[in-house]
Amino acid sequence: MSQTSAEPIRLPIRKDTDLTAVRQHVRALAQRVGFGLVQQTKLVTAASELARNTLLHGGGGMAQISLVHGERGQGLSVSFVDSGPGIPDVGLALSDGYSTAGGLGMGLSGSRRLVHDFDLKSDPEGGTEVTITCWNDSLRRGFR
Amino acid sequence: MTYGPPDSAAAGAEAVAGLLRRRREQIAQRWADLPLFQAVFTVTREEAVEACHSVIDSLAAVAESGRVEDLEAPGFDPIQRQLAAMTASRARAGLSTSQVDQEVSALRDAAWDLLDAETVELGVEDTCEARTRLVALFGTLRVVVIEAMLQENQEIILRQRQQLLEMATPVIKLWDRLVAVPLIGMLDSARSQVVMENLLEAIVEHKATIAILDITGVPTVDSLVAQHLMKTVASARLMGAECVISGIRPAIAQTIVQLGLDLSSVTTRATLADALQWALGRDQRGELPARGHL
Repeated sequence: MSQTSAEPIRLPIRKDTDLTAVRQHVRALAQRVGFGLVQQTKLVTAASELARNTLLHGGGGMAQISLVHGERGQGLSVSFVDSGPGIPDVGLALSDGYSTAGGLGMGLSGSRRLVHDFDLKSDPEGGTEVTITCWNDSLRRGFR
Repeated sequence: MTYGPPDSAAAGAEAVAGLLRRRREQIAQRWADLPLFQAVFTVTREEAVEACHSVIDSLAAVAESGRVEDLEAPGFDPIQRQLAAMTASRARAGLSTSQVDQEVSALRDAAWDLLDAETVELGVEDTCEARTRLVALFGTLRVVVIEAMLQENQEIILRQRQQLLEMATPVIKLWDRLVAVPLIGMLDSARSQVVMENLLEAIVEHKATIAILDITGVPTVDSLVAQHLMKTVASARLMGAECVISGIRPAIAQTIVQLGLDLSSVTTRATLADALQWALGRDQRGELPARGHL
């Protein structure tokens, strides 16, 4: 892993073990950005959920981790892109307890609660992109 | 791929086979002094020469069949077995794949030099063709060796993965009828299956009435991990053992709640010590019936 990562890190999500790599990279970068332990854990957990969705529902794809700067200071943004079948009903998919894979149905809806920004674009024709962002504003605004 | 008309290629391969057969002893003597053979057969030189003979014979058989570029040629099988063992020993001695590859490609020189010496007898044209075939043959040999090394590495990885699975999930008897599983690392589906099997077997073996699942060493608890944990708890319960999950760190607790996971049906404690206290307290008050023989 490069020390100066202005460049986003791209990771393939093709098999189960790729999820481990995604978690490790997200955690390492979150530590470098200076996230507290709680915020690190939340972001890594959300990334873990979404990476698994990319694998199970999207049939594989990739994750892109980038450092971002905005009004809220420095943040970490992770995008998950797949060219799977897409989500026919985004509202339904985002409701608690809805699962098509025999899981608990908390992955998508839960990860939205774990991060500051959550952006889901899905084409019913195929392809889904989910981007989550956490801002390192725990010091100034108090942790939510 | 052939470098000339098919019959001249075949003639070249035949010339190579002839060369290897005629000069078998000379090549073997030169090879035996190369690091590849010398470092592996340290006891006697005869042993190294013997090994050289078998490789040369197999190469000659490949050349005779004309399939010098065919990895599947029958002659490469014994070579693969012979050289795989040797290169594995070189790799264990700390050589990288490219260093071993260099040692293998050095084998060509002996045959090349001897072919040079035969130019007059063979004629220029046949020598050229034979050279082409010789290069092709030893090129294929390198691929065969590298493939053998990769396969060896693959087997090491598989073995280690299996070892990791088994090693990382011990079930410990803490007290009479009380077992604990300290979970370390990510709980993916394969791991949690092993954990569950080990735990259920230990419950039977130790007649356990309480099992502690300690997740201090689990870095991330997402919905799948939680689901695995709950399934494990439910199966243990079916076997008459109560489960308590310990090692829930503050960050994990907050994440679980925000993620919306409902672990309220499971007894949880912050530390293994708390869980142990809870378990012993329950046992002393006699809230859990003693298990009879199964």
